[in-house]
Amino acid sequence: MLKFKSLKKTTRTAVTSYGIILVAFAIMFPLQQFGLLSNAMAGQLVPICTYIVMAISLNLTVGVLGELSLGHAGFMSVGAFCGAITSSALQEVIPAAPLRLLVAIIIGGIFAGIAGLLVGIPVLRLRGDYLAIVTLAFGEIIRNIINCLYVGVDKRGLHISMKDIASLGMENGRVIINGPQGAVGITRISTFASGIVLILFTLFIVLNLMNSRTGRAITAIRDNRIAAESVGISITKYKLTAFITSSVLAGMAGALYAMNFSTVAAKKFDFNTSILILVFVVLGGMGNITGSIIATTILYMVPEILREFSDYRMLIYAIVLILVMLFTNSAKAKLFRERVFDFVLRRKKNEEEEGVKND
Amino acid sequence: MKKLLAILLAACLVFAFAGCGEKTSGDAIKLGGIGPISGAAAVYGQAVQRGAEIAVEEINALDGLKFEFKMQDDEHDAEKSVNAYNSLKDWGMQILVGSVTTQPCIAVSTESNADNIFELTPSASSTDVLGGQPDADGNVTIQRKNNVFQMCFTDPNQGIASAQYIFDQKLGEKIGVIYNSADAYSKGIYQKFMSKAKELGLNVVAEEAFASDDNADFNAQLTAIKAKGADLIFMPIYYTPASLILAQAAQMQYDVDFFGVDGLDGLLGVEGFDTKLAEGVMLLTPFTADAEDEKTQNFVKKYKEKYGEVPNQFAADAYDCVYAIYEACKAQNVTADMSASDICDKLVEQFTKADFKVDGLTGNGMTWSNTGEVSKSPKGMKIENGVYVGL
Repeated sequence: MLKFKSLKKTTRTAVTSYGIILVAFAIMFPLQQFGLLSNAMAGQLVPICTYIVMAISLNLTVGVLGELSLGHAGFMSVGAFCGAITSSALQEVIPAAPLRLLVAIIIGGIFAGIAGLLVGIPVLRLRGDYLAIVTLAFGEIIRNIINCLYVGVDKRGLHISMKDIASLGMENGRVIINGPQGAVGITRISTFASGIVLILFTLFIVLNLMNSRTGRAITAIRDNRIAAESVGISITKYKLTAFITSSVLAGMAGALYAMNFSTVAAKKFDFNTSILILVFVVLGGMGNITGSIIATTILYMVPEILREFSDYRMLIYAIVLILVMLFTNSAKAKLFRERVFDFVLRRKKNEEEEGVKND
Repeated sequence: MKKLLAILLAACLVFAFAGCGEKTSGDAIKLGGIGPISGAAAVYGQAVQRGAEIAVEEINALDGLKFEFKMQDDEHDAEKSVNAYNSLKDWGMQILVGSVTTQPCIAVSTESNADNIFELTPSASSTDVLGGQPDADGNVTIQRKNNVFQMCFTDPNQGIASAQYIFDQKLGEKIGVIYNSADAYSKGIYQKFMSKAKELGLNVVAEEAFASDDNADFNAQLTAIKAKGADLIFMPIYYTPASLILAQAAQMQYDVDFFGVDGLDGLLGVEGFDTKLAEGVMLLTPFTADAEDEKTQNFVKKYKEKYGEVPNQFAADAYDCVYAIYEACKAQNVTADMSASDICDKLVEQFTKADFKVDGLTGNGMTWSNTGEVSKSPKGMKIENGVYVGL
């Protein structure tokens, strides 16, 4: 353990983050394969993976860049719908599901990245509350555009319209996106393994970015914008880098999410979803990637576990949220936690020493 | 170290929920229900829960088959609905009544189709729930899910039935239509109504649309329809805009008949609405709480006693769902110790039988085709002296 402590902080973060994911995979994957998981648990695996990627990517904007974004679900929806279109359109061209999923995720990420660029250029000129409000507005705009989007595919290729299905002019085709009803009839190809791979990819990108020259420039902007500017850091460039990376990852998560359900509607990616992800990030700790992973997993599972309480479920969930917030932030709770950890550590140490003596 | 402990904790949590599946037990058939008990659409989910609970209570009081009913909340969200479905499966659900709302139901019916669990939805009205239905241009998006059936009318069927009804009863010479072009429900009914009207040779003189749920001014639409001299206005919309249309037509002193579909159910309950304006409004709906027959009266009485409010169409549909399943189970000798998949095969066989007919609150002699759609005759209702009277 001493060895672990003597590692550099960045290495420690990396080891714990990758470690958690790999251990979770090593435990859950065999259980899932042998059907030992409850249906409820097995059904939550992919959504949890999706939300972990969402939380990590939002943490990049909120925690590392230090700008409050309230429209993260908007990028998720761009990825989700682009992914759904790609997957449906390529059903005959690429019959292998994993490969199709990969293509769908990449396309979803690219389009979300483009959306991130378009949104980012005007938005990142703002700061603080103003930026938060404008990202919120952009999230809603994206949702409303998708709400009146009609997409279909037939032998002649893709058809896109903003009016109605009839105006697509298809012959014996398939409707992929049906306006306010969203995408229906998606073939489910997301798997737990693909979710884990996407998380690992996200961790790789985000952790490496954070520890790079670019990452240090981004944190410098967060900590003191004027000082950063005065040493020659291009504010716009680095802000955009962080923002676009964040939206690309959100788009990838969206594509994974869409492929896990047979239907997905624009309504899902509203303000509430953005806030939910923000809650995961805030409770996990700003800029704390490992925290995001743990907070997302626990907070996603709590409402499902509380199903036993039926009518009082959401009430209890709210109380749990408040308690977690107090537990992670109040000074007394911090002291208490440290005492507990110290106690455990000391016992461990004593045991080890005893072990040495006995040898 | 802290982090390691956190990992351990997380791992413990994960383990705690792994492998706690339950197998079926007892002598009651386990009915699962899914719907929004909380959130914006909670009214519908709660109505379904209550309607189904009343039916289950009545059935359990009889000799023979027993049911156990458990409702799970989905917050009107497809993702949560699938979670609810999975947790019901862990509970040992054998038959599913749900989901209540359309979007979640599309997601859940795909799951239940893969698992071969019989699903009868009380109120998810889109054809995407059933699958296998081509749209106007012959595009099939979803393949038919053989285990899924509906208790409510599909949106297109309401349009067809309305046109047929207006034609049969000769309700209007010149017909005007007002619909909500931003709403899938309204637009779906409107499109089918128009194609059927054309087929029957109904004289539709004006089609006016509005494009928002919170539109408050309908004078433009009404003036246009009045100018064409329509004597009947067809309104495939929800009751809130309909109440405004009625009020504004009265202000214009435009004397015209109105005809609506099940979305108008609730019109008399709109706050601040002068119910005198609704006099003479006709609607095609499977259920009204004021109907005179004994079954409805009994149900409404029980519902009021238990929950202190008048049941809506969703509650009645759910009640009928449970009874339809009960009748089918009786006919096929389904018992509680059968697996969900076996029950599903038997029920599908029974539901698609031509001689399988169910009498319920929302219709007499209801039958199902293998497309999953229900066939029941809609009841024409007219508002007279502030109550619904059968036409």
